[in-house]
Amino acid sequence: MNEAVAQSAEIDLGLEIDGDADQYLTFLMADEEYGVDILRVQEIRGWEHVTPVPNTPKYIKGVINLRGTIVPLVDLRERFGVETIPYGPTTVVIVLKVVGEDSERIMGIVVDAVADVYNIEEENIKPAPDFGSVVSIEYVRGLASIEEKMLIVLEIDKLLSADQLQAMSES
Amino acid sequence: MAKILAVDDSASMRQMVGFTLKGAGHDVQEACDGVEALKIAQTGTFDLVLTDINMPNMDGVTLIKELRQLPAYKFTPMLTLTTESGAEKKMEGKQAGATGWIVKPFSPDQLLATIKKVLG
Amino acid sequence: MSVDMSQFYQTFFEESFEGLDIMESGLLGLDIGAADEETINTVFRAAHSIKGGSATFGFSVVAEFTHLMETLLDEMRDGTRMVTEDSVDYLLKSVDCLRELLTAVQDESEHNAEFVNEVKAGLERILHGDTAADTASSGGKAEGETAQEKPEIEGWVIEFKPADYLLKTGNDPVRLFNELSLLGEMETSCCTDNIPLFAEIEPENLYLSWTITLKGNIAKEQVNEVFEWVDDDADIILTCLGEEQAGEEKSSQEPVPLTVVESEANVEPGNSDAQGAEAESIVKNISPKAAAKPAAKKITSKEQSSIRVGIDKVDDLINMVGELVITQSMLGQLGENVNSANIEKLQDGLAQLERNTRELQESVMRIRMLPISFAFQRFPRMVRDLSNQLGKEINLVLLGEQTELDKTVMEKIGDPLVHLVRNSVDHGIESPDEREAKGKSREGTVELNAFHQGGSIVIEIKDDGKGIDKQVIFDKAVEKGIVNANESLTDEQIFDLIFAPGFSTAAVVSDVSGRGVGMDVVKRNIRELGGTIEVKSEKGQGSTIIIRLPLTLAILDGQLIRVGEDTYIIPLISIIESLQVKPEQISSIGGQAELYKLRDEYIPIVRLYDAFGLTPDSTDLKDGLIVIVEGDGGQAGLYVDDLLGQQQVVIKSLETNFRPVEGISGATILGDGTVALILDIAGLITLSRQSRGRAA
Repeated sequence: MNEAVAQSAEIDLGLEIDGDADQYLTFLMADEEYGVDILRVQEIRGWEHVTPVPNTPKYIKGVINLRGTIVPLVDLRERFGVETIPYGPTTVVIVLKVVGEDSERIMGIVVDAVADVYNIEEENIKPAPDFGSVVSIEYVRGLASIEEKMLIVLEIDKLLSADQLQAMSES
Repeated sequence: MAKILAVDDSASMRQMVGFTLKGAGHDVQEACDGVEALKIAQTGTFDLVLTDINMPNMDGVTLIKELRQLPAYKFTPMLTLTTESGAEKKMEGKQAGATGWIVKPFSPDQLLATIKKVLG
Repeated sequence: MSVDMSQFYQTFFEESFEGLDIMESGLLGLDIGAADEETINTVFRAAHSIKGGSATFGFSVVAEFTHLMETLLDEMRDGTRMVTEDSVDYLLKSVDCLRELLTAVQDESEHNAEFVNEVKAGLERILHGDTAADTASSGGKAEGETAQEKPEIEGWVIEFKPADYLLKTGNDPVRLFNELSLLGEMETSCCTDNIPLFAEIEPENLYLSWTITLKGNIAKEQVNEVFEWVDDDADIILTCLGEEQAGEEKSSQEPVPLTVVESEANVEPGNSDAQGAEAESIVKNISPKAAAKPAAKKITSKEQSSIRVGIDKVDDLINMVGELVITQSMLGQLGENVNSANIEKLQDGLAQLERNTRELQESVMRIRMLPISFAFQRFPRMVRDLSNQLGKEINLVLLGEQTELDKTVMEKIGDPLVHLVRNSVDHGIESPDEREAKGKSREGTVELNAFHQGGSIVIEIKDDGKGIDKQVIFDKAVEKGIVNANESLTDEQIFDLIFAPGFSTAAVVSDVSGRGVGMDVVKRNIRELGGTIEVKSEKGQGSTIIIRLPLTLAILDGQLIRVGEDTYIIPLISIIESLQVKPEQISSIGGQAELYKLRDEYIPIVRLYDAFGLTPDSTDLKDGLIVIVEGDGGQAGLYVDDLLGQQQVVIKSLETNFRPVEGISGATILGDGTVALILDIAGLITLSRQSRGRAA
């Protein structure tokens, strides 16, 4: 795991947890910045060899061994139909806890780079208009403004839900 | 802080009694029938014995009779846990030398209050 | 202090269900004419425990119901009631009912009230309304409250003359006085008149008596309650202060259960079976609903299942781990200065590590193993009921009950076994008259046998009934279009037809079995467990069904294969052979599906790289290898680039964090830490059949 990532994972963890503010881990993907609830982030790893799984959609890169558990990896660029780039030294895998109807799973998403950790208060997340972005509106909890940047806060449970993983029928 | 011996063939009862008494700061040892209880009783000195009546291998009444014969347990408070609120069963216990009884079902608080009475 | 009772529920349910099993087998084993005392006692105690526990934990419907059973059993054990076939049958019915009640409580669902009330009424009828006496004695009056109709009481004068043996009951007057002092202002004066001369004193006897003045507005019941335990061991005279009442004797109180000084007021004093619905609603306040966590799943026996493990198994484990630690630290030391001199020691150490790990693994797997008696124990009851229903006489023999198998395998083999035993009873064993006419004994025998063989467990279901008529089976199969009339099949193949979907030769579809949906499901279930099922039969003599199951589900002997850059695993058990391709043996259908001629058979070829979208070393069949595999009744030749080693792999689920994938049955982690996928052979064969079907 590279230094920059390690650092960014530690930045701001010293911040006091405000009653109304939640912490979000933000990452970059295709020039946009996205945020996920930090309580869902289990760990951050560098890119490593993945075992491809047949008969799965293209955005499922395959599975990795996470200390004995088999964890699937989703490439977010492929997931959103954005042009894919070769994986490089900043490519990062964020391992997330996804809560479903009656189960919890561990899944990883492959993103361009990890950015930072921010405190954002609930009320500062504004509902997103359907601005025709790469990401369908269903998966977006809202938009937040951080240091003049726009942050797209993702609804991780919907994005990686069980039925999303059903392969489109491939012959 | 007393040393209590709790005897009952039902694991859930032992758990409940043990948990409750330990939570109140007592030291609790459990046995699942009279035979086991007799053995344990002789390995240490207990301040109080709580025992169910109906158990395999050796029932509660016999256990109390046996314990009363041991010098260390001549005056030790012993209570029977009985589901009978009828006079008979309680008398049986008393005749064997029991100090008193607690009627099942009892709540943890009832248990603690009774223990307090007997431990002073 | 408030104790969360729900933490004990799980144990209570487990032990109660076990208790029900004990009751059932005890009742089944009762000799009606000469009922064994110890057995009745055991059944009684089981009911007694369930009653006590359910009352304590607030399951009053269960407690009430069990109380009736307990009363009946109590009468039986002390001889006031005869053990009759009728009452035993009814008790068995009650056990079923109780099982249902407990399950309903555990699942927090509604129980079948009609059934429960019906059985309850039945029990009460048998008891001839004796239960009325029981409930009356529990006197659920709320004692301990100052129920005052008279004018204010100023206090009491208590004369307390304990018997000389009082201390030997563990009671202590000082404690009693302490309690009294909590009720009001107390003064005591001690009378020492009865102390004998020194030489005659028994040191353990109590020769003192007291007069106690207790001031305050205190109810008589409160005072009596303090002396409750010593009632019969002392003379106690209560006189009201300020009232001239000549020696009002303390009447012997109706024994009341404890009243609590500081009570939570959750459970009202008095037996819950007297209180009925009221207590239920009060007591339900401490039910798990209040304490439920938001995302908590219901505790069903599957999800929070536990296992009883013998201490010896645990000790073995602890020893083995100890050895493992030693080996590891030895290797660690060697590893610190690796040089050519050390290599041999290192290798020895590694060999030792392998041994330790293997032993540890075997030991741990044994923890999940339970004796098959758990699965067999439902059959005595079932066979008894069934044979009564069908008017047959059947002797059930259980052998090898202590044979151990994996807990999960056992849970899943239960239903298939039930179906097979039902078949034997229903279709196998003939009626007593029929049997006699054939010269057989009127009583038929069904035998369940379990034993270990190699790395598997074998379960046999044998009956000495009428056996299977091969001709009938064959004809039926022809009729259903499963086989052609002119096909010649081996005996094995004919018997195998029984497992075809929709197959049933029962003349009348009986209510018990024979709907024809059973056998194919049975075979599928067994196959899912990685096992096999076989039928042997002799017309007129009987049939034997042989089931083979692996001892464990978690580990697999695998053959590693390589396709391009990727490693996959084929379960060794499904591999028939591997060979190099002889191009002249390949033929194709419709230009698409390929077949390989192996001796006399044509085996479809599956190009794995194609099925999985991989890049192989070469697409030319003769460059790689074909692995002939079998599964789901068919065979296929898998084309791979290379065979790698064979090893035991630990099966990891793909579904935990992902979802099922066609053609893949699971995953494993190789020595280098990477993930390798395990092929689902049966699934692949089905897939290839389908695609061939499309091509043809």
